[in-house]
Amino acid sequence: MPDLLIELFSEEIPARMQARAREDLRKLVTDGLVAAGLTYASAGAFSTPRRLTLSVEGLDATSRPVREERKGPRTDAPAQAIEGFLRSTGLTLDRLERRSDKKAEVFFAVIERPGRPAADIVAEVLEAAIRDFPWPKSMRWGSGSLRWVRPLHSILCLLADEAGSSIVPLTVDGIVAGNTTEGHRFMSPGRFPVSSFDDYRARLARAHVVLDAAEREAAIWNAATQQAFALGLEVVPDAGLLAEVAGLVEWPVVLMGRIGEDFLHLPPEVLQTSMREHQKFFSVKNPKTGRIEGFVTVANRETADHGETIIKGNAKVLAARLSDARFFWENDLRTVKAQGLEGMAAGLANVTFHNKLGSQADRIRRIEALAREIAPVVGASPDLAAEAARVVKADLQSAMVGEFPELQGTMGGYYARAAGLPEAVADACKAHYQPLGPSDDVPTDPVAVAVALADKIDTLTGFWAIDEKPTGSKDPYALRRAALGVIRLVLGNGVRLELYSKLASAQVPHLPAIARDRDITLLPDNWQRDTNLDLLAFFHDRLKVYLRDQGIRRDVIDACLAMPGNDDLTLLVKRAEALAAFLKTDDGENLLQGFKRANNILTQAEAKDGVEYSFGADPKFAEGPEETALFAALDAAEAAIAPAMGAEDFATAMAAMAALRAPIDAFFTAVQINTDNPVIRRNRLNLLHRIRAICGQVADLTRIEG
Amino acid sequence: MTARSDLPRSFQEIILRLMTYWGSKGCAVLQPYDMEVGAGTFHPATTLRALGSKPWAAAYVQPSRRPTDGRYGENPNRLQHYYQYQVLIKPSPPDLQDLYLGSLRAIGIDTDLHDIRFVEDDWESPTLGAWGLGWEVWCDGMEVSQFTYFQQVGGHDCRPVSGELTYGLERLAMYVLGIDHVMDMPFNDPDAPIPLKYGDIFRQTEEEYSRHNFDGATTEMLLRHFEDAEAECDRLLAQPSVDPKTGKYIVMAHPAYDQCIKASHLFNLLDARGVISVTERQAYIGRVRALAKKCADAFVTTEAGRSAEDAA
Repeated sequence: MPDLLIELFSEEIPARMQARAREDLRKLVTDGLVAAGLTYASAGAFSTPRRLTLSVEGLDATSRPVREERKGPRTDAPAQAIEGFLRSTGLTLDRLERRSDKKAEVFFAVIERPGRPAADIVAEVLEAAIRDFPWPKSMRWGSGSLRWVRPLHSILCLLADEAGSSIVPLTVDGIVAGNTTEGHRFMSPGRFPVSSFDDYRARLARAHVVLDAAEREAAIWNAATQQAFALGLEVVPDAGLLAEVAGLVEWPVVLMGRIGEDFLHLPPEVLQTSMREHQKFFSVKNPKTGRIEGFVTVANRETADHGETIIKGNAKVLAARLSDARFFWENDLRTVKAQGLEGMAAGLANVTFHNKLGSQADRIRRIEALAREIAPVVGASPDLAAEAARVVKADLQSAMVGEFPELQGTMGGYYARAAGLPEAVADACKAHYQPLGPSDDVPTDPVAVAVALADKIDTLTGFWAIDEKPTGSKDPYALRRAALGVIRLVLGNGVRLELYSKLASAQVPHLPAIARDRDITLLPDNWQRDTNLDLLAFFHDRLKVYLRDQGIRRDVIDACLAMPGNDDLTLLVKRAEALAAFLKTDDGENLLQGFKRANNILTQAEAKDGVEYSFGADPKFAEGPEETALFAALDAAEAAIAPAMGAEDFATAMAAMAALRAPIDAFFTAVQINTDNPVIRRNRLNLLHRIRAICGQVADLTRIEG
Repeated sequence: MTARSDLPRSFQEIILRLMTYWGSKGCAVLQPYDMEVGAGTFHPATTLRALGSKPWAAAYVQPSRRPTDGRYGENPNRLQHYYQYQVLIKPSPPDLQDLYLGSLRAIGIDTDLHDIRFVEDDWESPTLGAWGLGWEVWCDGMEVSQFTYFQQVGGHDCRPVSGELTYGLERLAMYVLGIDHVMDMPFNDPDAPIPLKYGDIFRQTEEEYSRHNFDGATTEMLLRHFEDAEAECDRLLAQPSVDPKTGKYIVMAHPAYDQCIKASHLFNLLDARGVISVTERQAYIGRVRALAKKCADAFVTTEAGRSAEDAA
């Protein structure tokens, strides 16, 4: 059982692409090997900035021989059919066997593929993998036509077993596969041969290359935290940065430095963002002061002066960067103190939000009006919500956000406090963008909730109005995220919002622009209503996805969506959760069956008779104890359900419905609905109607499957 | 370790060492292009010569102008007029990274003491319709060069691919010389009878041009000249390929490209004057790109820009 070792050695691979590339290489090669009839025991992929490596252990030395029989046309079939069969099998006529099959004689093709040596298969599979590699961006270089992420310099491809190792013969665009690789660019230049994966890994380590990214990550994190600990400091965890930095070095050397005194007063987010984005530094925090006071940089080499030159250079670059940041910070504060946050926002009149939806200032005016309208529903002061709406996007005009867009909202909060605005307004600056993704926190402060809802609803109604809805994988304005944001804001805060009416309000300010865009004075009949209903349906779709992830079945949601008031998402979910829980109980399941039976009989009778049996059943026509008992049970259930429904206590209502299970079952066992006596029959159908009406108060149970 | 005496002592010495180094590696050491450009890439020795299949190797300093970067000579490292050092080799040689590292050593950067890294940075010039993949090169966390394998220029695929190196000379020199403010950097030998600092030469011009770029330039004239350059570029390229006077095939690709360069710089000035709105910006960039594409289209029909397979 040989082992296979592959290394694709190139110029520096972008750090962000390495993890995907490892996985792609593993999958492309192992899938190819398996498809060609080779099995293997295990495979592992590795990467450094300059190499992608795959180690496959316990590979078959030859592929299994394959014998395949295929039945063809009859021997007296038209020539065309026989030719087609020859083409598809790749055989000649004299190679076909003739066998009698029932009445006729039929051609059979027996295709035998002998086992092939692993090396042949590996060469084919690897060449295909290199040529078809799914890099997010690839390039050509020199005079060649091969594409790779950066120039590919060498291919190492070895099959090794107890007897020794051999190079797999392979040439891709002039690059001949061999058994050599290179160590660290600066610390161990030059090529050397290897004989197996273990040998390769050990020699690389001696040549100052740590092959495994996970090992580099661990080494970086350990060294960083230990150095910080020794000084009583702590490194701020940043998994994304750690992975990126591990992809930038082959021989990580962790160096720590201090941030100059002049910069320590900058907001920690500014220090962190500037250091991470520009320099790929980790932030180091002093737990006693809570401030960011130091940085960790990861060099790619050891030096004779133990990194002194490197750390000095890095500190100098950082000082220049932070001077810029301080300049932005001080400038922004000056602006805010002189003109207030609304003054800073003034320039937004000249910034286009979308050419059909006006400027950012237009957008802010719409959000302000909507936030004011939503505020009472979420328990916020309308004036405060309106004030917040006017300033939450002001920092888009700040120098700091111009430099670091990811600090939008965060800077607004600092500037709002500097301007002496209320705390709720300052908090809303960052919080109104939230939740940014399915795992992001949902704001809870009423002012932030009002503005966040207004912002997202304005965006959605705007893009719906100009017919820029998400399609398939295309959602350039992140409208799905906005809709999910509204859903999570509403549900997370138990907000009782009549969403449809808010969509309608939010749509109004867009109307003149839409009419202008379409060059008409009046929009078509029903356009407003249809557009809003379409958007509401989009919300419902997103809600279904959201609830399915919470384990609530689609048919349960459909049953609740069919009820009136389905634009009140909190009520809708309350209903769905109660129904889902109810259906999981025996009573629920059985009641559902009873309901369905009643409903089926009733529906058929109504269709046949052309009437709706909703006249009310009269207990005086009841025959036998089961029928009488059902009347009593329905009376009792109705008495219990009405107040529960009034209090939106769906669980209690359904528990009362569950009490109907036994009487309904007994009724169906004892009583025949379609009797000869038309009066009795009509009365019983009216009785079934009462069952349908009672059960239908909670949800449209006809939509429940099973 | 490099001996101190081996370190360059002035801005011009760094330029001279780069010239000597790349000359010794076989590059034609060219002179700057005699027009106002935003970056060394605009020099026809890069933009046009990256097209077609003829081998090419050139290195040169290019004075570059970015009107919006004017800071009246006060910012320690931002200038509206600065120098780029540019190398273009076609086809890109397999050892281009090593050649590049050699150039750092030549100007006194000891690669045994510093941390040199190649960090992903893809290059794109919307005005030139050009893009490539490569890195920014970091020395101890500072970007010292841009390293790009050109994939397209003027909308044409580059075959073969050129390797392009761009050094921001002031920043690199400040790092090597240990200077904190660009105006304090020795331009010639500090022990020369008349030692001159960068500021002695450029502080006043930075002030004058900053005022000019932000407030002085007449926008109506700039707009008119932009239109003129655009029209002239089109007109030159619309002439018949065969010159009626000489009877020779003479496409005026370079003169037309001069007009494209002019339009690009005029746009930069208009931008600095703050008279171009966000939406208009894209439209102007698109107009300059259209010119660059037409010039590239013309150049690839000429002797210097032809592809081998077209000639065959």
